[in-house]
Amino acid sequence: MIELDHLSKRYGTVMAVDDVSVTIGKGEFFAVIGPSGSGKSTLLRMINRLIPWSAGSIRINGEDIRRFRPEDLRRRMGYVIQSVGLFPHWTVERNVGTVLELLGWPRAKIRDRVTELLILLKLDPDRFRGKYPHQLSGGEQQRVGVARALAASPDVLLMDEPFGALDPVTRSTLQTEIARIHRESGTTIIFVTHDMDEALKLASRVAILDHGRLVQTGTPLELLTAPASDFVRDFVGREDYGIKLLSVEAVASRLRAGEAVPGEPIAASASLREALSRMVTQGTDRLGVVDSDGRPLGALHLADLAR
Amino acid sequence: MTARVRALGHDALLWTALAFAALVLSMAELKPLFAALFPWLDRPLYEQDSFLDLVIAHVALVGASSIAAVVLGVGAGIFVTRPAGAEFRGMAETVATMGQTFPPVAVLALAVPVIGFGAAPALIALTAYGVLPILQNTIAGLSVVPEPVREAARGIGMTDGEILYRVELPLAAPVILAGIRTSVIINVGTATIASTVGAKTLGSPIIVGLNGANIAYVLQGAVLVALLGVVLDLAFERLGKRLRRWQTAA
Repeated sequence: MIELDHLSKRYGTVMAVDDVSVTIGKGEFFAVIGPSGSGKSTLLRMINRLIPWSAGSIRINGEDIRRFRPEDLRRRMGYVIQSVGLFPHWTVERNVGTVLELLGWPRAKIRDRVTELLILLKLDPDRFRGKYPHQLSGGEQQRVGVARALAASPDVLLMDEPFGALDPVTRSTLQTEIARIHRESGTTIIFVTHDMDEALKLASRVAILDHGRLVQTGTPLELLTAPASDFVRDFVGREDYGIKLLSVEAVASRLRAGEAVPGEPIAASASLREALSRMVTQGTDRLGVVDSDGRPLGALHLADLAR
Repeated sequence: MTARVRALGHDALLWTALAFAALVLSMAELKPLFAALFPWLDRPLYEQDSFLDLVIAHVALVGASSIAAVVLGVGAGIFVTRPAGAEFRGMAETVATMGQTFPPVAVLALAVPVIGFGAAPALIALTAYGVLPILQNTIAGLSVVPEPVREAARGIGMTDGEILYRVELPLAAPVILAGIRTSVIINVGTATIASTVGAKTLGSPIIVGLNGANIAYVLQGAVLVALLGVVLDLAFERLGKRLRRWQTAA
């Protein structure tokens, strides 16, 4: 559990972060979103003490983080940045194993853990282990960056616009990967982004920052259905508001149980947005719905989307 | 195996080093040649010291002064690129520039009355002369480490010392080495003037030859100094390639 308690950061007369209090539960996927200059990166970098704060406190599992040596604190937290920052003179293997090396793990154990992490990030260990960062594509580099951050099985993973520099296809793939890794590992993830769709797709809870102040915190659905202010309403988007709403609800929530529909079915865990897209592409107004094992559950009608 | 043999055949460093060693050891055998080239000279071969002794003394002087220059230049370069030393950067560069622009001969002339004749004043003059390129390249090398790399290093929990030794210095190494190369090569030539204050170097035959109008002595010293410079230069090139190997991995 991470508690930010009346946290502020002042640069001269500007409040980069202004009296932010929020509690992030264990295992949450917590997105911090806001326009450029809203203080979201500053907030993230205070949590691993890259930036000192002016007032307030940060506690992890009830302990003030100033009680730890900054380096020890950071080794217990993964950190992923937009520009990746791989060490260009080291191979993928050494990059991924950096924190383990700092922690003094034996060589053989590091090697095994690196293999495990490369597989987790869908990088063939034999092919990638010995490569240097400049030999990788942008997407592969960020996979290595994420693997490096996960090496010591950190309790918390801090991600600062990690996929912001990637092309849409690669970004979408990596979003799916990080969602899977979050599901499988239960790591608490604090994720800074300026992309509302990304936040809605990934996060279990979203905090919206404006000029350093926390404007609203809530689940994606809460932000969409009960925006606290015009700023939030503008930020979550007015024009495609309905589409965003569809994107945060699963097919399962509108299921007509028992009804059978021919044709290619959709998973109950897919978003309503995907379902709508499928209906439009396939020129149909109803889809069969199946569970994760492919067993038929029922149907979804176009009219159900507007319910 | 044959590829390796062929590679040896094209190894410029190996062949130059062998040629240099052969010339040093067989200079005495070349006496008839020098006699034929310079028939007007009574003594066509420098024989006060063996050329091997001169080479050893020369290399020792250049080596000692270069090590001192590396310690000073790299040390000062690291210091002024840390937050604590940033304000001394301008001063360090000025001092190093003065060290290089102040003529070594003048340093020798000033040092001899204080510490006497021999290798000691030469060591001081050569060290002062060699610091600047090393300092400049250390600062330049450390400043090209990309900011995201530095941030990632801090963010994953490296201490300042770990960042310096594991990230900054290895990335700056090729540039720093280029500075050391310049410094050493210049000092191989400059070390010859140390013989004016009584230090034994490959400059000894040159100085004696100049004083006694013995052009054969000058030639023998100068050729060996030039060859030594080439051998060291090729060795540095080899080392530099090794440090940059990761950049060319395909």
